[in-house]
Amino acid sequence: MSKEHTEKRIVYSPEGDPIEVNPLQDYFCEDLPEVHKASSIAILENFRNWARSRSLWVLGFGTGCGAIEMRPLMTPKFDAYRYGIQWRPTPRQADVFVVSGYLSVKTLKRVIRTYEQMQGPKYVMALGSCTINGGMYWDSYNTINRLDYYLPVDVYVAGCMPRPEALLAGFDQLKKIIREGRGEGYNKYAEEFAWYKANQKKIIKDWDMPDYNW
Amino acid sequence: MKEIIDRLQELYPIGDFKQQNKSLALITVDKDKAVDFITRLKNEEGFLHLSIITAVDWLEKNKFQLSYLINNPTTKNSFVVRVMIDRENAEMFSIHHLWEQAATYQRELKEMFGIDFPGSPGVDKPFILEGWHEIPPYRRDFDTKNYSEETYFPREGRTKNVPAEYMKQKLYPDE
Repeated sequence: MSKEHTEKRIVYSPEGDPIEVNPLQDYFCEDLPEVHKASSIAILENFRNWARSRSLWVLGFGTGCGAIEMRPLMTPKFDAYRYGIQWRPTPRQADVFVVSGYLSVKTLKRVIRTYEQMQGPKYVMALGSCTINGGMYWDSYNTINRLDYYLPVDVYVAGCMPRPEALLAGFDQLKKIIREGRGEGYNKYAEEFAWYKANQKKIIKDWDMPDYNW
Repeated sequence: MKEIIDRLQELYPIGDFKQQNKSLALITVDKDKAVDFITRLKNEEGFLHLSIITAVDWLEKNKFQLSYLINNPTTKNSFVVRVMIDRENAEMFSIHHLWEQAATYQRELKEMFGIDFPGSPGVDKPFILEGWHEIPPYRRDFDTKNYSEETYFPREGRTKNVPAEYMKQKLYPDE
């Protein structure tokens, strides 16, 4: 915690009264993520999963070269909207995070913040070989090798870069996983939160945000 | 371009001269005279445009080579002004007073090579990297593969194929 935007400071109200602000306490929730258990009524849970799989809202956050594959996917040529997949501008409205390609450490920090701001249940789809084993940037000083050490990944789409058809197949697979009730990445993140955080903090040296950015 | 150098030869200690092609020449200038020389080229000879400043790490010679690529928009000629500086406590005079954009290049060189430019605006601010604690990553003694393997949890079982041989093996196994 070195950046000044996380340090305690005095701000002044319009009337001129000093107000002491501690950003980490006042601006962020201190609670850690919780595991949300599935309903014990099977038919209800199946119905929920069916509904979840039918409306995947994707966060419009392009991290690498793969972001370019999402444009043909959302426009008439491939038209993912016919499968109930649509793109949303903010993390609060989205439930699928498509990590589209290589991640530098700097981007990973933003990706973690964004992922934690999304509402559960949420799913992560990782595109391209860069997220699987580093791809062509495997020996770079600044790009991560495996995404699954930092975020729980539900579906990988292999390729460099995968075509929009491959992405559609990936979404199909994700739907299948959700319908079978195996889309539990977000519970896994809550369960193994300490392990994920340790990995994240190992590579993000100037950690200047709260542990859980909800 | 040779005639410019012939004219300036008396005034500045100019080292190697190499005509790379019709419109590009490489020259080496001493560190102390380099800023003077570049100023002269800009003010008197019409080399008004700074294209790039970049660096080469000559690890074996224990030197950094700074290359200033400057261009004359009228005659379409370019000079690469090369300056050799010491690798230890690498430091060079700033030229941001000649071209404002030089400050950005110098900031990058400070971060990636660790070459200091005292007086250059914002040269100590981080440019691309966040929280970098190792030696500057573009220096050749920085082992990027080793660093990546130690830091980024490499996936086991990663193999490599030479594409030409692999395709040959797959497509024409008998040959």
